[in-house]
Amino acid sequence: MADLHFLANPARFRRFSQRVLPGLTFATVLGFAVGLYLALLQSPPDYQQGETVRIMFVHVPSAWLSMAGYALLAALGASLLVWRHPLAALMARAAAPVGACFALVCLATGSLWGRPMWGAYWVWDARLTSMLLLFFLYLGHIALSRAYDDPDRGDRAAAILALVGVINLPIIKFSVDWWNTLHQPASLMRLDAPAIHPAILMPLLWMAGSFLLLFILLVLVRTETEIDRRRLEIADQNA
Amino acid sequence: MSSYGVFILSAYLVVLVVLGGLTIASLSARSKVRRELAARGLDRPREQRARTT
Repeated sequence: MADLHFLANPARFRRFSQRVLPGLTFATVLGFAVGLYLALLQSPPDYQQGETVRIMFVHVPSAWLSMAGYALLAALGASLLVWRHPLAALMARAAAPVGACFALVCLATGSLWGRPMWGAYWVWDARLTSMLLLFFLYLGHIALSRAYDDPDRGDRAAAILALVGVINLPIIKFSVDWWNTLHQPASLMRLDAPAIHPAILMPLLWMAGSFLLLFILLVLVRTETEIDRRRLEIADQNA
Repeated sequence: MSSYGVFILSAYLVVLVVLGGLTIASLSARSKVRRELAARGLDRPREQRARTT
């Protein structure tokens, strides 16, 4: 926790980010090279879904990260509203478009997986609808943070939306248990053992790790940009 | 790949376009802002700027 407070200073965060970015970029590229080999060439087809199971290797990690990204937005929103951390607003501005893109990837790849498996690109199913709502919450956050002339007011309004919208995360997670849905129930994050064969589980976890690295990389790069942009705005005001 | 190949390739193409596009946009926005900071002499730490002015 002390380390997180240390990084709350934008200048220190920038130095930290510049130190870790080269290694993180290398790890992300390497992760995707190995992950794509495992996902597209090495893993076997599923006994029920056949080759279409390969869509899972991009669909599931993007779903996890779009939800984790929103939890991050809510945590940053709380940091901004309660402790007024100077970095929280800038990082939230940086993270929201990244989370929105992961949610969009999740919806689009899910739709492409649904067509051959369910016979439809889209159904108004509880899981799909709550995921679509998450995407709209991201869009709302992006729009709200940029809607005011005073960026601080926009950041505070977006932080409130992030905190209110976090209620959607357990709805997404448990929608497959609470309602009858076409979407399959959890296969990995369950109380008993995962219901996925290790030959398919390993590429899935590898791709999830690569997606996580990309998410962190994008948030760091965009946060640096937001810090620099804010410096330009302050210089303009002082000129 | 099976007759479902078009769906699998389309899914990976979506990932490439959306996440690749976001990566390119993020990197180009960063270099644009950095160029502007450099043009105004704001790209160095405050203490270093104070010494040179």
